[in-house]
Amino acid sequence: MMQEGLDDGPDFLSEEDRGPRAVNVDLQTDATLQVDISDALSERDKVKFTVHTKSTLPSFKQNEFSVVRQHEEFIWLHDSFVENDDYAGYIIPPAPPRPDFDASREKLQKLGEGEGSMTKEEFTKMKQELEAEYLAIFKKTVAMHEVFLCRVAAHPVLRKDLNFHVFLEYNQDLSVRGKNKKEKLEDFFKNVVKSADGVLVAGVKDVDDFFEHEKTFLLEYHNRVKDASAKSDKMIRSHKSCADDVNRIASTLYTLGTQDSTDLCRFFLKVSELFEKTRKIEARVAADEDLKLADLLKYYLRESQAAKDLLYRRGRALVDYENANKALDKARAKNKDVLQAETSQQLCCQKFEKISESAKQELIDFKTRRVAAFRKNLVELAELELKHAKGNLQLLQSCLGVLKGDT
Amino acid sequence: MGGVCKMGQKYKSGGKLVENSAVYWLCCMGCLSLSALLAPPTEATEEVSLDSPEREPILSDGPSPAITPVTPTALIAPRAEPNVIMVSGMFEQSLDELEEEAAGDSFDIQISVSDPEKVGDGMNAYMAYKVTTKTSLTVFSRNDFSVKRRFSDFLGLHSKLASKYMHIGYIVPPAPEKSIVGMTKVKVGKEDLSSTEFVEKRRSALERYLMRTVKHPVLLQDPDVLQFLESSELPRAVSTQALSGAGILRMVNRAADAVNRMTIKMNEADVWFEEKQQQFENLDQQLRKLHGSVEALVCHRKELSVNTASFARSAAMLGNSEDHTALSRALSQLAEVEEKIDQLHQEQAYADFYLFSELLGDYVRLITAVKAVFENRMKTWSKWQDAQLMLQKKREAESKLQFTNKPDKLQQAKDEIKEWEAKVQQGERDFEQISKTIRKEVGRFEKQRVNDFKVAIIKYLESLVQTQQQVWRESDWAAL
Repeated sequence: MMQEGLDDGPDFLSEEDRGPRAVNVDLQTDATLQVDISDALSERDKVKFTVHTKSTLPSFKQNEFSVVRQHEEFIWLHDSFVENDDYAGYIIPPAPPRPDFDASREKLQKLGEGEGSMTKEEFTKMKQELEAEYLAIFKKTVAMHEVFLCRVAAHPVLRKDLNFHVFLEYNQDLSVRGKNKKEKLEDFFKNVVKSADGVLVAGVKDVDDFFEHEKTFLLEYHNRVKDASAKSDKMIRSHKSCADDVNRIASTLYTLGTQDSTDLCRFFLKVSELFEKTRKIEARVAADEDLKLADLLKYYLRESQAAKDLLYRRGRALVDYENANKALDKARAKNKDVLQAETSQQLCCQKFEKISESAKQELIDFKTRRVAAFRKNLVELAELELKHAKGNLQLLQSCLGVLKGDT
Repeated sequence: MGGVCKMGQKYKSGGKLVENSAVYWLCCMGCLSLSALLAPPTEATEEVSLDSPEREPILSDGPSPAITPVTPTALIAPRAEPNVIMVSGMFEQSLDELEEEAAGDSFDIQISVSDPEKVGDGMNAYMAYKVTTKTSLTVFSRNDFSVKRRFSDFLGLHSKLASKYMHIGYIVPPAPEKSIVGMTKVKVGKEDLSSTEFVEKRRSALERYLMRTVKHPVLLQDPDVLQFLESSELPRAVSTQALSGAGILRMVNRAADAVNRMTIKMNEADVWFEEKQQQFENLDQQLRKLHGSVEALVCHRKELSVNTASFARSAAMLGNSEDHTALSRALSQLAEVEEKIDQLHQEQAYADFYLFSELLGDYVRLITAVKAVFENRMKTWSKWQDAQLMLQKKREAESKLQFTNKPDKLQQAKDEIKEWEAKVQQGERDFEQISKTIRKEVGRFEKQRVNDFKVAIIKYLESLVQTQQQVWRESDWAAL
């Protein structure tokens, strides 16, 4: 488990320690290609994932193999999909977010500095909590990377991608470096241009009803998911701070109990114990909410963004097609470069139709996946809350019984 | 214990005796003046007075108009008078018996503070509260009555009680604190949530204050308390205003006290006191910490309920846009309902914790009062020591004068010595008295504290159980 001083030395997170993972997507377990993250190492400022593949596909040299990958390599893979025009008609699975241990690390540092000012029990308690938090963030980031890979593996077209195979198989460093400043700036400008363009493209009314409807729906949905995600985050944070407060109250009650010489001391001790336990449950409730609800919402935020991107690409293709048509007409009118205009129009037409076709399917799949994921997670969340409420109730009732019996 | 009536005559054995629960009256048939006894008179009604002949009659304001009330002269006088100390010393002894009797009486008095009403306008406005008393105690003239009081009236009552009883060792419950910000909001007429909360907080604090005051058997008998509860008109307590002359005097006194605290080094002969003081110090520290944490929790719970509400709204909107599948929509609605329940849960937990935190706040203030009482004891001790030193000096002066031949100066010195000897004796008696009182008070305080906390904790836990049950029921439904 965690060693002292999380900042130095590698920490192991073994398979058994991982609890139920938040799988936000409905995946077909296909024997031909199964990918998962079997292990992960957290070093000073990076996380190393061990990607484990089991496959019966002939294109791989072995049936089962593992490689070690870092976050940047996942991003590289994702970007290569995005930049590949062939995949313009598919929803590219959203890239996993960067593992962010900064907040946790800061808290740990502050804890170390404030060590002198608290009692020994308080210190050990807080340290344990911080370690648990670190562990939770760790588990989450592993889960998100895994989900990304699984989505790619489940996609009928993307799974055949060469880069993907290289990613899975090549057991040396892919020497993918993170984007340097210049490239990041380029990206930023690209995004600006893209969003401006997106607005233009979105203004074009689509002939196809299906796509028009999807466009409006996705826009609205995306915004609402963003809102819900932000609010759920706030809610969970309040929940966590409540649990922290109860913790502090429990320890003060404990001190009161040990100091008091009257009848009350037993009371205080018992109540302090009770609060300790309820706090653990409350923290668990908050964590569950976090996992089931907040992560779900965040993931669908990213997916709906990806879907929007798909629609954008299609819209772009449509505009190009229409422009090509106009160019063709102009060329025909002037009777100059007609062949060139014709070929370019053909290309645009093909591209557009290809995208439209696959986009339709993708969007329908997206909906099915989404419904299933929400259903699964919300049901699980309700069940967990039920369990916790019951547990809490039992604790309270037993404590009450003891206290009342003593008076 | 009136040994002599207004005319200077001893109360005759034929004097009328009127029983009035714990207070006995003796009436002089000659001048129809009254004397009150706090103990049933002995057989020989001639010699009812105690040691010193200069006892002044002490009374509670007679509620019945048929008897001419004799104004309590000694009691209201400020502390420094040696007369008062003597009186209260005697008062003390019979108060012991009083307490026992009061304990025998079924303690039946309920005070409630309700109906806050805004009176007046602008910066001169104030809130008037209705104080209703329901009791079967015979010290009151009626069983059920109410009066209108304002906040400064409560403060006035407290300052009167404090000046009468704190220096002899009684723990007088502290009044709720002034809050300029809160009151200004109310005065200005902002009818928003925070000002109604503020008024509610203040109302319940005033109620608790009154209940604590009347639970104290000595304070219950005090004429000021009785007047406060019963009489419809009360003289305006001006000296409670923050910027008045009395306020400034209070501040100066407080500063002087702080200096004294640092300079008086007491030889603690009694281990009990040392232990208790240490205990109270610790308790004070811990309670303050706990109070802080509980307030933080209350704050966070409030936040949580607000956030949960906003999340519920957002989830509802999400559900609305998901009308692709009826199932999806049902799920979103479900999420929203559950959040609403959660919010209710939080609000209730918050309300109960708020009670707990108010109790803690009260106790923090009470402990300050307890510490003040301990300090008064130290002051009494130091006065006693000072008297002893003076006596020493006078004795030295006298012995010096022995050798000079000045008979009148010698006599004067002898007189002074006698005077100071008396003072020393008095000082010692006072010190012992205050020690005794404090012991008793502390015992009572502890009992109260234990009781209060137990009750509060049990109530809080019960409410938690209730809310948890609700949450459970809702989650159950949600899972279906």
